[in-house]
Amino acid sequence: MALPPPDPQFVLRGTGAAVHILHFSCGGPEPDIPLLFSGSESGFIHVWNLRTHRVDTALDGHGRKSVYCVETMGGKDRLLSQGRDQRICLWDLAEGRTSVTDSVFTEHVGFCRCSLLKVAQGRWLMAMAARSLEEVQILELPSKTSVCTLKPEVGAKLGMPMCLKLWQLSCGSQPVLLAGYEDGSVVLWNVSMGKALSQLICHQEPVMSLDFDSEKAKGISGSSEKVLSIWSLNEQQNLQVYKTHELVNAGISDITIRPDKKILATAGWDHRIRIFGWKKLKPLAVLDYHTATVHCVSFSDHSNPRERLLAAGSKDQRISVWSIYAQT
Amino acid sequence: VCFVPGGLDCSISFVSHVLGKVCIHGRQKEILGVLVPCLTDLTKSDCIWQRICWRLVECVPDRWMEAVVLGFVQRAPGADVLSRLLGNLVVKNKKAQFVVTQKMLLLQYGHTTEVLQNLLGYLSLDGLRRTLLLRVLQELLETWSSSSAVKHSTAEQQLYISKAILICLSHLKEPEIETHRQELLTSMMEGVKCRLDSSLPQQRRLGMVVAESISLKINTEGPVLKFEYEEDDETRELKFLLVQTPSFCNVPSLPDDDRSEKAGAALPLVPESNEKSHAAAPVMSNEESDTEFDSDDDLIPYDMSEDKELKIKAPVYIRDCIEVLTGSRTEDVDKWEATVKALESLVRKNPAATREVSVELAKILLHLEEKTCIEGFVELRQRAQVAVLTTDPIPVAKYLTSQFYSLNYSLRQRMDILDVLVLAAQELSCPKFLGKTKHSGAQKPCIQLLQGSDSSKGWRRVVDERIKNKTRRLDKGQCHVELASRPNEFNSVAGYFFFPLIQHFDRPLTTFDLLGEDHLVLGRLAHTLAILMYLAVNTVAVTAMGKALLEFVWALRFHTDSYVRQGLLSCISSLLLSVPTERILADMTEELLETQSWLGDVMEKDPDGDCRRLALQNLLLMENLKKKLEVVPS
Repeated sequence: MALPPPDPQFVLRGTGAAVHILHFSCGGPEPDIPLLFSGSESGFIHVWNLRTHRVDTALDGHGRKSVYCVETMGGKDRLLSQGRDQRICLWDLAEGRTSVTDSVFTEHVGFCRCSLLKVAQGRWLMAMAARSLEEVQILELPSKTSVCTLKPEVGAKLGMPMCLKLWQLSCGSQPVLLAGYEDGSVVLWNVSMGKALSQLICHQEPVMSLDFDSEKAKGISGSSEKVLSIWSLNEQQNLQVYKTHELVNAGISDITIRPDKKILATAGWDHRIRIFGWKKLKPLAVLDYHTATVHCVSFSDHSNPRERLLAAGSKDQRISVWSIYAQT
Repeated sequence: VCFVPGGLDCSISFVSHVLGKVCIHGRQKEILGVLVPCLTDLTKSDCIWQRICWRLVECVPDRWMEAVVLGFVQRAPGADVLSRLLGNLVVKNKKAQFVVTQKMLLLQYGHTTEVLQNLLGYLSLDGLRRTLLLRVLQELLETWSSSSAVKHSTAEQQLYISKAILICLSHLKEPEIETHRQELLTSMMEGVKCRLDSSLPQQRRLGMVVAESISLKINTEGPVLKFEYEEDDETRELKFLLVQTPSFCNVPSLPDDDRSEKAGAALPLVPESNEKSHAAAPVMSNEESDTEFDSDDDLIPYDMSEDKELKIKAPVYIRDCIEVLTGSRTEDVDKWEATVKALESLVRKNPAATREVSVELAKILLHLEEKTCIEGFVELRQRAQVAVLTTDPIPVAKYLTSQFYSLNYSLRQRMDILDVLVLAAQELSCPKFLGKTKHSGAQKPCIQLLQGSDSSKGWRRVVDERIKNKTRRLDKGQCHVELASRPNEFNSVAGYFFFPLIQHFDRPLTTFDLLGEDHLVLGRLAHTLAILMYLAVNTVAVTAMGKALLEFVWALRFHTDSYVRQGLLSCISSLLLSVPTERILADMTEELLETQSWLGDVMEKDPDGDCRRLALQNLLLMENLKKKLEVVPS
């Protein structure tokens, strides 16, 4: 007899606008406070204190335009945020400061979230959608120098890049980019050489979100249709479809795999969060709390596994935080 | 028939005379059936025989030339054979030239495609004759592109001319196309224009196919004209004609030129539709066989039985529907979609509530535009409109008919109004034929109204069948079985549907001129009125409707658009079927007599085949009326 799905551990209210992105920063040693960063449609980035469940700080750096990407760069003192004002801002939050130290003008008018990858101490690579329709630009941070521009071949008709993921197999190896495009295909790019290694058509509709497990060389992508597509990367660096999973309702906004690679969570347009086992994509739970489409899901990076949390932000302006499968 | 070959100077003119005389007497088949194969074989390699043959046909007297040439062209198995047999007859003999270039192409249209191919292939095979080919092409194009020809020639003739044009084009060589490019372009543009204007889909398609083909020929590089139309056998046949190239060249030098006629040897291969270059890779067949410990087994799934499809609830009250449909909030598109889908059933379930807001709802539906992409939006909207109209016929009919003649509606909207009126009338009336002339076991006439321009054809077919049934039945005598009858709900409202529509047809508005450019709508109006008339059988207003309809038809009977004329003739059919005979003969005798003479005229002289058929049926119906009255004892 299966148990009914759990209720959220707690719900954060107070953003005052739809929540588009969430990012945990809980890995710091004691007595650091575990934090949750949320970007909302009103242009604010709220820093939530996960002990008091209240907003510690509200960052206003995008001219009240919606913030749709938030990442920390090596700790909670440095933050990167991307907004619909076509800017990516770098923040310095140490010692209570809330200032924007640098910004990149992307000229990108879409919703493609940028992707960060740490390549060396103090150096990051950032992939972002650029001004031109089909291109992805790779920049090095904090120097903001352009590493390369990934242009699909003429006539490929991929459309806009919708979601990006930079990764490398191990520290020091070649950085690679996985990009999901508007025409439903996922392309694997070699960043150093600036050319495409493989392309796979995963969906009939635009790829809304993807995530990749570099250990197992397996990835998953969701789209506006009812199908989740799981694909793998073989030794020849070719993408192949591994499996597909049909959902009850169409539309996925976000997918994320937990850092221990055991489960993954999807944020659905049908207001529900779904949990699957990553190994075989076994459906594990359907969390039905929100009353509007769920925009983002994020797993926490707690060092103590029992404290791990899952957060989901929705258009109904609430952030639900769950503790699920934390015992394994 | 055996000739003495070689060396002798014989006079063939006697034989030519015989040949000519036989042909003119209609015995072409017999004599040419023997002669042509014989000559074909003989002239295959022998030049002398060829010259004998040429001399033979050249010597046929002029008055019999036509029959002979016609026979040869029809009977020759291929253009090259024809070339061998006739030689340059068309260049040398004026009569032959006239027959081949003018009569067979422009004045007659009964010949088969093979004959056309023979003829035009023959013209293209020799340098001297090619000038004739070009001239022929020019004349064909002139006919094809003249709008009066389009209006007054039959569909078969137009098809014939189109085929001839395409075959000519297939024979043209590059330099010739170059010199005549401008002319081809001009004629194509004119021709396409007047064909696209036509209300008959077949003519439009013909125009499109020929224009595409011409454009293909004259623009070898650069963008080519491409229309969107449904392919069917006719269009495929036409396109095939264009592509084939004659697989032979100068005749005498090919001794083994055998049965490669029809030039079908070079069959065009339809290019494979290019597959998408990155087809989805095949699913990896080997599933990851997991021999290692499956940590997923640790994770116990929760109860997911509540996870069902998300359904957006549609509003339950009519007034809520109105709010959603008129609301300007763009976010609630899900609700809007659900409302549109649920509207028809809500209207039918709540007639009282609908009646309170019927006109408002009708207005909203008439102006409703597709906000999101719903499947079958047009049909959903139409069904909702019909539901509203049948629930509260009189005010909504008043509204719709007044809007039909108002400013600032699109043609599509006006035609939608007509469609909705007809569908609602059909629903309200469910007519059954009452009385003695009912066919035993007759099915309830159900008029399938299809979308688009087929709507007239669909119902007309049914009515024609009815007419046929009725006509036949009267000859067999009377049937005694009577089916149960139902009151005709259309009775009380028929007038409201019919008369406002017929009232203002001759009053032009700034944006809508029925008698002018918008003859497509006029045609639809005529068909609509015919259906309304048909459905009004046994209603009280039927006689008045009949009289008004007769006047309408009389005013428009010489309209140039054949679709309109078909509509008018259908009106007459409906009238004759619906209005009780006694009333027809009592109130409309003179008009009917005039109509009868007009119908006779149409039957004989109208260029459109459908019009002629309808006129004939109407005349038969009138005959039957008269007979019926004679049978019934006074």
